[in-house]
Formats: sequence, C-alpha cells, structure tokens
Amino acid sequence: MTRSLSSLRAALPTLALATLTAGAALPAQAAPIKVGIALDLSGAFAVPGAEARDGFTLALQQLGGKLGGQPAEFLMTDMGGSPDQAKQLVDRFVQRDKIDFFTGPIASNVTLAVAPSLAAAKVPYLSANAGPSQLAGAQCNPYFFGTAYQNDQFHEAAGQFAQERNFAKVYILSVNTPGGKDGITGFKRRYKGQVVDEVYTKLGQIDYANELAALRAAKPQALYFFLPGSMGVNFVRQFVAAGLSKDITLVSSGFSADEDIIPGVGEPMLGLFNTAHWAHDLDNAPNKAFVAAFRKAYNRYPSLYAAQAYDAVLAMNAAVRDVKGKVDDRAAVVAALAKANYASIRGPFSYGKNHFPVENFYLRMISRTPDGVITNRTLKPVFEKYADAYAAQCPMK
Amino acid sequence: MSATLIFEQLLNGAGYGLMLFLIAAGLTLVFGIMDVMNLAHGSLFMLGAYVAALVHVHTGSFALAVASAIGTMAVLALLLETTVVRRLYGRDHLVQVLATFGLILIADDAVKMLCGPAPLLAPTPAAFATSVELLPGLPYPAYRLLILATGIAVALGLYALVNHSRMGMLVRAGASDRWMAVLMGVRVHRVFSGVFVLGAALAGLAGALMGPVMAVQAGMGEAILIPAQVIVVIGGIGSVRGAFVASLLVGLVDIIGRAFLPPVLRTMLPPAVAADLGPLFSEVAMYALMAAVLTFRPTGLFSPKAA
Repeated sequence: MTRSLSSLRAALPTLALATLTAGAALPAQAAPIKVGIALDLSGAFAVPGAEARDGFTLALQQLGGKLGGQPAEFLMTDMGGSPDQAKQLVDRFVQRDKIDFFTGPIASNVTLAVAPSLAAAKVPYLSANAGPSQLAGAQCNPYFFGTAYQNDQFHEAAGQFAQERNFAKVYILSVNTPGGKDGITGFKRRYKGQVVDEVYTKLGQIDYANELAALRAAKPQALYFFLPGSMGVNFVRQFVAAGLSKDITLVSSGFSADEDIIPGVGEPMLGLFNTAHWAHDLDNAPNKAFVAAFRKAYNRYPSLYAAQAYDAVLAMNAAVRDVKGKVDDRAAVVAALAKANYASIRGPFSYGKNHFPVENFYLRMISRTPDGVITNRTLKPVFEKYADAYAAQCPMK
Repeated sequence: MSATLIFEQLLNGAGYGLMLFLIAAGLTLVFGIMDVMNLAHGSLFMLGAYVAALVHVHTGSFALAVASAIGTMAVLALLLETTVVRRLYGRDHLVQVLATFGLILIADDAVKMLCGPAPLLAPTPAAFATSVELLPGLPYPAYRLLILATGIAVALGLYALVNHSRMGMLVRAGASDRWMAVLMGVRVHRVFSGVFVLGAALAGLAGALMGPVMAVQAGMGEAILIPAQVIVVIGGIGSVRGAFVASLLVGLVDIIGRAFLPPVLRTMLPPAVAADLGPLFSEVAMYALMAAVLTFRPTGLFSPKAA
C-alpha cells in the first residue's frame, strides 16, 4: 500500500506539470480568487476540524461565495491531521490549483510542515488556529499570519490566572505535539509556583488510566491540561470517573473547555476556569451577529475553532477588498492583511511585526445559562493588548 | 512510587491485557483450529464497537448495546463464513491474507461512508461512570472493573468450554490434528462454523466494551490486531490458555513502558522526550518478548500441537 502511494506521489508533480502546460494554452480570463482550505475532518483533531469547517462554511455563505466582492472558489479537502497528507495537498493546491490564500489546519505539526512551501510559493497562509513559536520567532515570514494567537501567548493567559489564584502545586498534562510544548512553555512563563510534574501524552490518546493513576499519587492542588478535541472529552470524563475532581482543581486553556468538548462531557465541566482571546458572549456587534447567525444555522453555540475559522475568512475578505481584487500583487495583499482592517469578532486587534496578533485574553468559567445550557461565561480580561514572546526574534520589520 | 500506585497501574495493565485476550482468543481458535489467517478479525472488533456505540446512544441501554454488538457480529460471522471464509479452507495463507485484507478495506470504507470519518464518542454507561474504593485511597473507575471482570469471566467460560465440554473436545481434537479428527468422524465443518461465530462474538464483545475507552473510528481494528497476533504467537497457536497467559504478559510489558518507565526517564531527560521513549519501549518490548519466547519455545508457550 505504501509503495503504491509513494509511486502516486512521484507521479503527481508530472501530472501537475501537465495541467500547467495545458492551462497556459488557454486564453487569459478573469480567474476567480482561489482559497485552499485543508481540513481536519478525520484524525486526532476531527472534532475541532468539523467546528472549523462549520465556521468557514458560515462565512462563505454570508459572503455569497465572494471575497472582497470578487468571485472566489473555495477548495475544502480533508487531510486527516497528517503532516504528510497535508503537504501533498498543499503542493497540489499550489501547483495545480494556483491558490491565492491558504488556511485550515488545526494542529501546529501540520502548520510547521506546510508553511515553508506556502512561503516559497508566496501564498498568504492565514493560520486560523495553530500559532507555533518557530513561525513567530526566527522562522517568521511575511506570508504567514497567525490570525488567531501565538501558542505560548494563549497559554500564558492561563498561567497568569494560575499565578493570580496562587495555586501552590500544579501538575501539567499535555499532548506531545509542537503546539503542546509551546503551550506548556507559555503556561510556565507566567505561573511561578511549583510544577509537581510535567507529563506529555500521545497525540490521539483516548485512555488516560495510567496518567490518572500517577496524577492521584502526585496529589497536586490543580491540574493544568492541554488536550484538545476528543482527547479532552475522554480525559475529563475519566478524570471525573476516577473520583479526582473532589481534590484537584482543573485549569485549562480555552482548547479543552469549549463547545467542542462541553456537550460531550456535560455537568462535570461546570466551574472549570479557562482562558481564551474570544468567547461567544464577548460584547461587540460583529460577534453578536456571528453568534446569532451560527446558532441559527447549526442550532448550537459556536466553538473557538468555528469562530477563528469564520474570522480568518473575514480577514481575507477585507484584504481582497483593500487591494481591489488584485490578488496577484502579493506584497500588497500581505500589507493589507497586516493592517487587520476589518471588524474582527474578537474585537479590535493589531498584528506585531511577526504577523502574530496583539490582542486581549479573557478569563472564562463554564456555568449554566438561565435557560439551562452549560457553556462558557466571560468573567474578566486577563491581559489587554498582549503580544507574544517571540516577536523580538523575528527579523521582519 | 507508592504501593497503591503500583497496584493501580498493574490493574490497568491487566485490564488492557484482558481486553486483548478477548480478541486473541477468537483469533487463536480460528487460526489454530481452522488454519485460516483471518485479518478481518480486527474489523469485527471495530464493527462491534460501532454497533454498540450507536445502539447505546439511541436507546440509552448499555446492556442492549453489548448484546446487539455480540449478536450482530455472530450473524455477520455466519454470513462471512458461508460466503467467503469457507472458500479459503485449505488454501495457502497468502490467499487467506489477501482475501481477509480485502474485507478490512471494505469494512473501513463502509463505516466511513455510513458514520463519517470522525471518531464516534461512545458514552460510558451511567451506572459505571463512578469509582469504587478498592483500597483506602484508591478509588478505581467502575467501568474498568467491569472490563476486568468480563475478561476473567470470558477466560473461565472458555476454559470450561474448551476443556470440559464435548464441543471443546472436538475443538481441541481439531486443533491438535485436524485430519485425524476428520477420520474419526468429527464433522469439522460444523465445528469450524461454531468456532468462527464464537470468535466473532468475542470480538464484538471486546469492541462494545472498549468503545468508551477508545476512539471508535475506522482503522481501530487494525491497530489492535497486531498486539493480538503477537499474543497468539506467544501463547501458541490454537491455545486459549496460552492466549490468556500471553495477554497478561503483554499487558504487563505495556504498562511497564507506559507507566513505570517514564517517571524514571523524566529524571534524566526532558519530559517531552521521556514521553516518546516510554511507549516506544512498550512496543519494542512486546516484540522482544515474542522473540525470546520463540527462541526457547518455537511453537509458543502452550502450543496444542507440541504436546
């Protein structure tokens, strides 16, 4: 099987070249703007991936399938959370489809795998979720925009909360990916108390019996965990089933405490503190409109992933509008994107010189709404206009 | 590391081992007695998990979910046996591997088409979502106790069936010398069908029970088929007793790599590296165990043919 796949892979560039020559023979015409979207519809991030798809889809519907008033084509394909598959897909997007924008992957390992080819092809990459430290620091490039957040920055907010609450002993549990490592670095940058232990688990792990046994023996005051998607659903359920919720306070980033996880776990999530740069109850007009439209379309609250995906399309739309549809002028597109000249649903924000956002972060708590739905409620800002820790290492101006 | 923690981790290892046993038991019977290499056994496990998850979500009854997983897999196995597997008896192993590998592809794509590529979330039954205080200071999830108890019950049941029943006698006769059994008047085909259905029912049971602690998704069968095959080889092909002992050994090796090794490694290495090495050790150690057993007992620990 592997052999047939690799021979197929070897044949792909030839195929792409063939299409290329065929395309060149056609008369020139106003081609639609093409957006490549690589989705996590299967694999370890299938749950967040489906949320992102719904966010993208809603934005596309609202824009009537256009970007900045220009006709646009959106190519959505599943890459199963696999860096290899995503890289193949991106090569196809770039060489055959000649995309003008790219977005989609949830996980940092996929982002790191595909960002170099996109930068080489000068295709702006709006990373709607992952914000790996490498691309924020020394390896930053003009075409990469962490439209949502930088990984460390996101978890620094949670670290700040843990520090303010003065937890004496914190145990850390995270998925073993580039995103997980960034996240824990970020948490520890702000939390100065005692870290009892730091445990990394396999991507896609479902059974946490071993980790829970070790956690019980370590007797920490709080547990900071970063297990996105279905990993988080299973972990919290098993944590509660193991009877640990009586003694240990759960603290999380917004990733393990949002709408992709809360409905799967239910009541045991009540009272969980978490932090994020967005919440569905943030009080600004674009966000209210988005949440209302999302609830109407899908009959549930949007998650962080859906919101970020929606927001990335708005950012693209504004950039195309500002360059008056001339997306071939890539320098102008990048300059337009960097201005963040649109009504973001997180509220106003700006980009640092590394193209990562300087934005607010909020403390949220999972509670019951008056009509009985278990969901997040925003309590207060943790950081205001907060930049990431890597901008200084980025050589861009 | 405290005694409680060691005990709890050993229980976790035993739970994993017993779950593998449910799959390996069916596999070893089918391979040992029918001489059919059934790779699709893992797919039966997967389908069992899907059936149970869907029934559980829609009816809310876990008992019904388990029963329907077992029942559906038994019926499906009967169909498979009469349409596909029966044609493979006596053919060479490569043909059997190809045919049953084809079944895996069909099964994986079928569940992707019907249920989508995203994993299903199989709920833990509400009655078992709590924990039981096994020792002072050791509450253990009730659902894991259920898995342990089921594994042991199935092991005892199979022991009684294989060693103390007429059906078992025929099965053992078929396993140790098929042609002699045929010549003595055993209706081997009927025994074969029975064994195949029993194996499938056990795989369905394993799938139903593992659903809530695993990701129910296409491909989950292949992932568990490999350790199950290793257990069959270590235990001796065709030996249920061997499969039982080998399952516990593999569960033990697995828990050493996952739970006992990483804390030691973390004292010398960065946490993220230690986290990679532990599970890697588990996998390597499982094969090392197999190699060691095969060196000293080339037919496995309890091979029926060696006796």
